[in-house]
Amino acid sequence: MHHTIEVKDLHFAYPDGHPALRGATLSIAPGDKAALVGPNGAGKSTLMLHLNGILQAAGGEVRVCGLPVRKDTLGKIRAAVGLVFQDPDDQLFSPTVFDDVAFGPLHMGLPEAEVRQRVAEALAAVGMDDYAGRVSHHLSVGEKKRIAIATVLAMKPEILVLDEPSAGLDPRARRGLINLLRALPQTMLVSTHDIRMVAELFPRTAVMDGGRVVADGATPDILGDADLLRAHGLEP
Amino acid sequence: MLHINLADQYRRGASLIHRLDPRIKIVGTLLFVTAATILPAGAWLAYGLLWIGALVTARATGLGAGFALKRSFVALPFALAAITLPFTVPGRPLAHLGGLTISAEGSLRFLSILLKSWLSVQVAILLAVTTQFHDLMWGMRELRLPRPLVNIISFMYRYLFVLADEALRLMRARAARSGEGTGRSGGSLLWRGRVAGGMVGNLALRAFERSERIYEAMAARGFQGEIKTLTPPALTDADRNALVGWVTYLALLALIGFLF
Amino acid sequence: MLHTTLAYLHIPDGFLSSAVAGVGWLLAAAAIGLALRRTRGQLGDKQMPLMGVLAAFIFAAQAINFPVAGGASGHLLGGALAAIMMGPWAAVLIMTSVIGVQALVFQDGGLLAFGFNLVNMGVLTAFAGHLVYSVVRRLIGEGRNSLLIAGAAGAWLSVMLGAAATAVELALSGASPLQVALPAMAGVHALIGIGEALITVGALGFIYATRRDLLHVGETAPAQAEARWVAVGLGLTLAVAAFSPLASGDPDGLNRVAADLGFDGRALGPLYEVFSGYGLPFMGDPNLSKMAAVGIGTLIVFSLAFLAARWQRRRASA
Repeated sequence: MHHTIEVKDLHFAYPDGHPALRGATLSIAPGDKAALVGPNGAGKSTLMLHLNGILQAAGGEVRVCGLPVRKDTLGKIRAAVGLVFQDPDDQLFSPTVFDDVAFGPLHMGLPEAEVRQRVAEALAAVGMDDYAGRVSHHLSVGEKKRIAIATVLAMKPEILVLDEPSAGLDPRARRGLINLLRALPQTMLVSTHDIRMVAELFPRTAVMDGGRVVADGATPDILGDADLLRAHGLEP
Repeated sequence: MLHINLADQYRRGASLIHRLDPRIKIVGTLLFVTAATILPAGAWLAYGLLWIGALVTARATGLGAGFALKRSFVALPFALAAITLPFTVPGRPLAHLGGLTISAEGSLRFLSILLKSWLSVQVAILLAVTTQFHDLMWGMRELRLPRPLVNIISFMYRYLFVLADEALRLMRARAARSGEGTGRSGGSLLWRGRVAGGMVGNLALRAFERSERIYEAMAARGFQGEIKTLTPPALTDADRNALVGWVTYLALLALIGFLF
Repeated sequence: MLHTTLAYLHIPDGFLSSAVAGVGWLLAAAAIGLALRRTRGQLGDKQMPLMGVLAAFIFAAQAINFPVAGGASGHLLGGALAAIMMGPWAAVLIMTSVIGVQALVFQDGGLLAFGFNLVNMGVLTAFAGHLVYSVVRRLIGEGRNSLLIAGAAGAWLSVMLGAAATAVELALSGASPLQVALPAMAGVHALIGIGEALITVGALGFIYATRRDLLHVGETAPAQAEARWVAVGLGLTLAVAAFSPLASGDPDGLNRVAADLGFDGRALGPLYEVFSGYGLPFMGDPNLSKMAAVGIGTLIVFSLAFLAARWQRRRASA
């Protein structure tokens, strides 16, 4: 069974004791485009960090593409799940844009010619063909976010997981991002506060609160339920 | 007050110097500085030849002969460290100042140090101005500087601006709370130092937490301890010729300096 | 530039003789090599991002200053703070990055002079600061006050040692007589060191209050303590070598010191020949030439002893 995510009754607490996940359950099927919404502190980012093995479950189970998330499966899982972080500065750590986009394919052991090809394709996919020689700290937030997506696309993942991609973007950059996400074919899970983007792009919405997934269904149903939204700190 | 002048020193260009391989430029700069250093004191002819070399190189960068000149007065304050030489080195007396004697020997040495320093810094400036930082880094790497060190320095440079921004925000927040009241303003020296220290501590924590997230991002893209790189471009004939020419010029100059 | 005009620790090119600069580079290279290996062992895969970002932190932190008096401001050098937070070897790497980029990109400090600039500002400060901090802590005990006092002492002394070493190197190169350089450097940096101490203490206090677990992330293991002692011993011996002719103005006192240290100035006659070929300027001054002999001889002896100790330990663990 390819590109699926199975999260069952996931529990996790941070070293300082704070219980971030208290039995979260979520399934993503191939081709799904799902939004993950909820108030700050609901555990959205924490959940996402389990999907490529950065965090290990304290209780419950996480399976990606049928594989349990373990030390020996991390390589395959990280090639299958492309995680885009909230702060692009965390993800753009290389000297140039080219180096950053090439990092993934290079570390997958691909030959140089193919690495260069993938960089070109990934940059083209996010509409930043001319940016290869640029230095990250000169870029705007919007540009950085697109490059960050390119760094992950270059690994040709089957599933894209994005943590608050439109946060901090001005209307123009946001529009560019929405168009980009619409054009990408991968299975997608996106956490966001941007309800209008959810309505525009994602047929499915899951609501998280207090470390659990409290609602999961078709976007019009979820977003139409004003009481549900308000109960979990969201604006209808 | 933020003293940082973090504006990139690099100036774009397509000149001969800009296009030279960074390895050649780094080695060339080091050789120039070495030549300047080993020349004896008072080798005025050789110093003059060094200066001509610096000027010619500066012109070749397309940024103007005077470019490095203007920036080179950076090292001037340090000249104060050597300023006692004319008064303390024994030799033929040139002049008297107060109760002190200025000797020819001392003055010669003092001037020599100043010139060597000034010439060295000009060529160092040209290196920084014509070579992008990441090119300097892979150049160093190919010149056998240990890879982990090159990577650490690259990370530092990349996140310098991020942390400097955070430092700037902390200082603006401090400034915003630095209004004058009716009592004694400014606080004690101790308090001011501790406030600055607190900001430094704050910055340290942000750095730690940032490095954790960066490591996670690296791991997420397959990092397992070593950063892999693509093969760098090969040296061209122009690079090799430039190096040979430069070495010849410096060797002749050194010869002149020691013989005359 | 990144320092006030009061701080004279970034030596530009042209001030150090080629011999002195060369020795500086050898010491720096040895320190960096060891530091890379130690921190790799301590930090594993996180070595590169952590060291890099902390180096960026020190670089940026050097810009945070506060008005001291008149137009001058106090600011941070950071070697002691980095060593107290992460251990001296990590501090060496951090300061290598900071001082290296300052020299290469901003011409703050020379390229040939980089060796000793790193030794002065990044190795001596780290080890002396860490050593003094550890000793004071052991004397006073655990707790916040102990941390702050130890940190202040380590920070101030680190700056003083760095300044003294700078003066010695300038004197050995004939750029400034020691009788002038040492008091000038020491005097100015006694004040600057106060700023260093204040900021270091403030930073440590903040970290202690918020994330105590981050302090001593890179504490040196007991087995590595000797390397630390050697490095500091080197620095102190250099200082003694420099001070000795001043302590007793007459050459007899110096000869006694030289004999105590295990060698006689005259035995280094051949060394004189080698150096005089380069025309070292201070040959006319008996005190300085003897100090040069003692200083350079010390460095050579110490480097050999250090390498021998390492070789010995490697054999023992094989």
